[in-house]
Amino acid sequence: MEVDQAAGLAIQVHGLRKRYKQLQVLSGVDFDVAEGTIFALLGSNGAGKTTVVNILSTLLRADAGRAIVNHFDVNVQAARVRESISLTGQFSAIDEILTGRENLVLIARLRHLDGPGRIADELLARFSLPEAAARRVGTYSGGMRRRLDIAMSLIGDPPIVLLDEPTNGLDPQGRIEVWQTVKELSRQGTTVLLTTQYLEEAEHLADRIGILHGGRIVVEGTLAELKRRLPPAKVEYVERQPTLEEVFLATIGDGPRSDPAGTARA
Amino acid sequence: MRGQLLVDTGALTGRSLRHITRSPDTIITTAIIPIAFLLMFVYVFGGAIHAGSSSYVSYLLPGIMVITIAYGISYVGLRLFLDRQSGIFQRLHSMPIARSAVLWAHVMTSLVTNLVAVAAVVVVAFLMGFRSGADVVAWLEVLGILILLTLALTWIAIIAGLSAKSADGVGGFAYPVVFLPFVSSAFVPTRTMPGPVRAFAENQPVTPIVNAIRDLVTQQPVGSDIWTALAWCVGILIVSFMVAMRLYKRQIA
Repeated sequence: MEVDQAAGLAIQVHGLRKRYKQLQVLSGVDFDVAEGTIFALLGSNGAGKTTVVNILSTLLRADAGRAIVNHFDVNVQAARVRESISLTGQFSAIDEILTGRENLVLIARLRHLDGPGRIADELLARFSLPEAAARRVGTYSGGMRRRLDIAMSLIGDPPIVLLDEPTNGLDPQGRIEVWQTVKELSRQGTTVLLTTQYLEEAEHLADRIGILHGGRIVVEGTLAELKRRLPPAKVEYVERQPTLEEVFLATIGDGPRSDPAGTARA
Repeated sequence: MRGQLLVDTGALTGRSLRHITRSPDTIITTAIIPIAFLLMFVYVFGGAIHAGSSSYVSYLLPGIMVITIAYGISYVGLRLFLDRQSGIFQRLHSMPIARSAVLWAHVMTSLVTNLVAVAAVVVVAFLMGFRSGADVVAWLEVLGILILLTLALTWIAIIAGLSAKSADGVGGFAYPVVFLPFVSSAFVPTRTMPGPVRAFAENQPVTPIVNAIRDLVTQQPVGSDIWTALAWCVGILIVSFMVAMRLYKRQIA
């Protein structure tokens, strides 16, 4: 492993280009992610977020540019990259016919870890899924699936986790569950790269945000830096109505309401 | 790396066999259609078919074995296609595993399920009066031919599973495979067929395979049929394996 000025960077992306037939999806993407931080790649549908994630997870080859993940080049040392990351794709990558526990055991076995059963049980407890352990995933709610999906990604403690639209299609409650999980991951030192089309999500979770538009990162920085680029805020008095999300969560009276995620927008 | 391929294939085969034990309908359909053919041809048409001296069920069984496998492999294509559709395929390929284990697991599953289905068919044939005095060596030879045939057809199914755009499309490739036994020596001897049909029947892979199995099971001297059968199986296996692997490598970057 070479030590250079890039030490401390979990992901380095430079000049990444990718074209699908006539469509130039990425036309020179650059960004870095520091170790142990959460980086959000923000962009609308079709901006190329998934393409970036697929290149970083060695599922796709870029036409040009360099991508270094955990100090390994995705083109040259793909196998080492795969040892360093885990990917949670846009569509949950869980086996619906297996139980939650069996899914976890399978991944632990594929990572050649000792005691796959014990690892599975630990993760089930950590993600509050023990009562669902013996149930087929086909019966899980969206939020439970996503939690299991992320739990599967953590097997083997990869230093870098790639989450492609982790809250896509989840109800507000499920989304808050995932947010808590991502924060928890980051607290433990895992580097997280997540893609999202929700500004709010990037705002809540990310240490740094990159906005992917027109095949490039058009803006990149911390939330404060991004806000500084906007015209200064004006003070206006607006009667604040509860959002439908707040109404929903208050009505069903569930725990996650107390999470800062639910109140930070006030 | 070799060891890793074995371990990973084992883990993934366990997964897909679990799918089958949880939805046993796939294995039941695989066995039930050939069993229906067996019943229909023996009890409905059998009286009118004069295939030779031995009982018709014994004449028919080798062809039904081939049909069983032909039906069975269509599920292999479907299972692979469904894996591709779900995120599982991507997750597995982003993990530090021997990547081709993803395909080999489907191959091993196909082998297990098809041999179980063939065994079920043989049991039914036995209940219908099929008897064989063939020794263990002959039966092992039959097993060898069936394994080679399953592998050859499975890799064709994998091509279908890798290239299909829809779940309906996956099944389509199996029709010609299922149809071939009808124009072979599976149901009636080829000498009863008119010229061009007979020429086709005698020069397509199913006839030598069926003849070789039949001769082994009925303790007849096995002629050149067995070598023609093996050549077809190995030939199809090599070509379909290479095409499938190329397709696969192209898909996973």
